[in-house]
Amino acid sequence: MHDFTPLPALLGGLLVGASATLLYATHGRTAGISGLFGGLLRREVPDRALRLAFLAGLAAAGVVAAFVAPQAFGPPPPQRSGLVLAVAGLLVGYGTQLGGGCTSGHGVCGLSRGSTRSLVATLTFMLTAGVTVALAGRLLGGAS
Amino acid sequence: MKSLGAAAAGGALFGAGLLVSGMTRPEKVVGFLDVTGAWDPSLALVMAGAIAAHVVGRRLVQRRGAPLFGEHFHVPTRADLDPRLVAGAAIFGVGWGLSGYCPGPALVAAAGGVPPALLFVAAMTVGIVVHHALHGRAGVADDEAEAAPPQVTDCA
Repeated sequence: MHDFTPLPALLGGLLVGASATLLYATHGRTAGISGLFGGLLRREVPDRALRLAFLAGLAAAGVVAAFVAPQAFGPPPPQRSGLVLAVAGLLVGYGTQLGGGCTSGHGVCGLSRGSTRSLVATLTFMLTAGVTVALAGRLLGGAS
Repeated sequence: MKSLGAAAAGGALFGAGLLVSGMTRPEKVVGFLDVTGAWDPSLALVMAGAIAAHVVGRRLVQRRGAPLFGEHFHVPTRADLDPRLVAGAAIFGVGWGLSGYCPGPALVAAAGGVPPALLFVAAMTVGIVVHHALHGRAGVADDEAEAAPPQVTDCA
């Protein structure tokens, strides 16, 4: 075990949960990033402005951090080439839409709601992600 | 306008949470997923904290009966476990494990100008477009599910 950072992790998680609660309180919507983003790539979708506003806020946090806290960002593990990242991006894009959610929509909001679908989805992506990291560590070298 | 401001504030809060937590450092995410190696359990606390806050917050909000800027709460109505749910989640997990990026942190890091995140988000966008082209409305996200044709009733 290394680089154990329980307090920032917990604080960050609380902020994410507070954000999900804020969106639910103001718009009654689920703060699922793949759902909000994926909807924008459809021809017709409800609440386009709401999606854009939420994602603009999300992006703004990234822009501000690039100036005031660049250490919040880091690279992927060095063994992950551009090709691997591109394949990973395709899989994440396709898979989150097919499965109806990602870490936020299923993992945070769905589990908070007690959704069985989200529980199954979360256990599934945790499992395949863990197996992938274990295999990638052996095939691409150095798991982390 | 106020309503969009609230949504933007929500997004900024979400992004700040991801940045503070370490989720925008894919090496750390991979370290969390690496349970058979040098496991770093920190990120389990991100999910624990987020769920704890949202379980409580959601319950308090629900008492109001309706959201501040809307007529009703949009709660996903699907309960069936279909193959698409499991297949999609499995595929997503492989991509997450390969890169250390899930959609939220990837978007935040791309906005921060991190080159691998920009590449990842470009590919992710292609993956989403491919999905929509292949499956049309059928694979609508869980948080949109109630807006899909068969369950459109409460959106009138």
